[in-house]
Amino acid sequence: MKLLEYEAKEVFRRYGIPTAQGAVVTSPEAAREFAERLGRPVVVKAQVAVGGRGKAGGIKPAETPAETYDVASVILGMTIKGLEVKKVLVEEKIAIGHELYVGVTVDRRSRRYVVLASSAGGMEIEEVAAKTPEKIVRHDVDPIDGFRIHHALGVAKSLGYTGKKLTQLAAVILRLTEVAHGMDAELTEINPLAELEDGFVAADARLNVDDNALYRHRELEEKLLNSFQGELTPREMEARAQDLTYVELDGDIGIIGNGAGLTMATLDTVMLNGGKAGNFLDLGGGASPDQIEKAVEFVLSDKRIKALFVNVLGGITRCDDTAKGIVTAREKTGVRKPFVVRMMGTNEEEGRRILKEAGIDTLDTMEEAARQVVRLAGGA
Amino acid sequence: MVKLIDKNTRAIVQGITGTQGRFHTKLMIEYGTKIVAGTAPGRGGQEVEGVPVYDTIAEAVRSHEVDASIIYVPAPAALDAALEAVEAELNPIVVITEGIPVRDSIELVAKAQRKDITVVGPNTPGLIKVGESKLGIMPAQVFKEGRIGVISRSGTLFYEIAAHVTRAGLGESSCVGLGGDPVVGLDYIEMLEWFERDRQTKGVALIGEIGGDAEERAALFIADGGFTKPVAAYIAGRAAVPGKRMGHAGAIIMGSSGTAESKMNALRRAGVRVGEQPGDVAGHLREML
Repeated sequence: MKLLEYEAKEVFRRYGIPTAQGAVVTSPEAAREFAERLGRPVVVKAQVAVGGRGKAGGIKPAETPAETYDVASVILGMTIKGLEVKKVLVEEKIAIGHELYVGVTVDRRSRRYVVLASSAGGMEIEEVAAKTPEKIVRHDVDPIDGFRIHHALGVAKSLGYTGKKLTQLAAVILRLTEVAHGMDAELTEINPLAELEDGFVAADARLNVDDNALYRHRELEEKLLNSFQGELTPREMEARAQDLTYVELDGDIGIIGNGAGLTMATLDTVMLNGGKAGNFLDLGGGASPDQIEKAVEFVLSDKRIKALFVNVLGGITRCDDTAKGIVTAREKTGVRKPFVVRMMGTNEEEGRRILKEAGIDTLDTMEEAARQVVRLAGGA
Repeated sequence: MVKLIDKNTRAIVQGITGTQGRFHTKLMIEYGTKIVAGTAPGRGGQEVEGVPVYDTIAEAVRSHEVDASIIYVPAPAALDAALEAVEAELNPIVVITEGIPVRDSIELVAKAQRKDITVVGPNTPGLIKVGESKLGIMPAQVFKEGRIGVISRSGTLFYEIAAHVTRAGLGESSCVGLGGDPVVGLDYIEMLEWFERDRQTKGVALIGEIGGDAEERAALFIADGGFTKPVAAYIAGRAAVPGKRMGHAGAIIMGSSGTAESKMNALRRAGVRVGEQPGDVAGHLREML
């Protein structure tokens, strides 16, 4: 789950990371009012959950309240990467001396959180890593010892800071690791972290929360829908509401499998045979006839889909349940589209019998089935 | 040192009274696994499939000799359950549970490592010593005792390829599901080291998928001579789109890293035969052996 900048900043403030004074507004009038109250120049920033807002014209400075009104009118209602801007963050414009980068993420290889910091802030850290890797300081957090102030001081020192600035920067780094831990972040970043004359301020904020940990962060529930607007298509949102593991793709063959690996392999095999998958739908383990019926209905009702490929390897998912789900979904929707079913494993014979009665043939291997469905969809 | 299982391994089932725990306890016993006890807080004194249930592991080990644990408890309680097993020094610990926060997995893996305990998973189908014992949810009928070791990040795709290996007359020695999460206790390299030493294993089927760089690192390990037996591989996710999580929490392409092509190329450079389709893996192995 990706939080918007202003939401991430609310969290940062709670953890003691300095941010600029600001307000989230939905109208140019409210933007002007805030600028008037502040009495200083501001920056108006589009609140959408995608990168590259600045380049798209979604971040603009304004000197006066009148200019703030104008800038906010332009940005509100703008569309950035397909997303309509409904909110802007109006923030005090800060005099940035130098821009740094601080981030905390999960490293799969070391199976740890890792703290990354760089004196080259303002650009994507991947870019810095590619061009000037010597500018990045990395600290692997020992899961048992944790990350303490002396570790943070070490990181800040490696960036060349001394004295008061050293302790101020270390405090920000330490607090960001506390955000990562406390909020179950997959990734949290301050980029840029602005160095001012008398300290540091988070000029931007990124916080992606581990979806598996959302049950520990009920306070984020109402923000959840916002977060998906940048990431999910309307059909994917609908699938999520129905509790289906679904990804929309741009082809015309509907794919339903059980297990992520097998379902991915099914898409690949269809592609290899000259077809294009219109979706990825993973039934997961041990799906009931109802869940299977719901999944088949969902894909059947997709107008783009010309033929369906159901690939089930029965372990805890039963082939007879799968067959029943398919037959019921077809009856309920009344939609007649060609089906290719490949099933193997638990209660395979019974599953095949149920499908045969309904006029659906089953195939033995996924390779064979993939060729067949591509043919039926009118592909290669 | 990686620790797997054999016919002598005595295991405890944590979360034995739940639907999954109950169902798979039966199947594991049918396969020949020595399930000596189960735990479920508040249900001590009950029995599941003839297996005595205790409230805690500490109580269970007072009456039974236990080596390993398999965990079916729901995600919010999984870290505590696994740490209970770590404290009792059970080894290996197989975590079937899906949906565990990555922060919890990091803590679990670190604490197990400190005691040199093998964690399989989380979000794994488990492991099987074919013909002897299984700690997992894999369907027994797709396996037949033989000479191929199988390492996989996914479940059903692993069964698919194992079924081909069985049909090709090769059979399997030991098979391990690493788990579909970003942070898991075992990686390909540790398993390759184990299979290198295992006399029964003559070749390995390596089943990978998009996300992370575990397959690329395994390829380097093989190229450097760390594993000398034949390897055939399949990588799922060539048709996946970047930035979308494909079912598994760990199966996501970030920018240009973690793609199927990158993994397939790295493996090919290491001399691994990479299948275009899942069914190709068994054929490649048969040719190489």
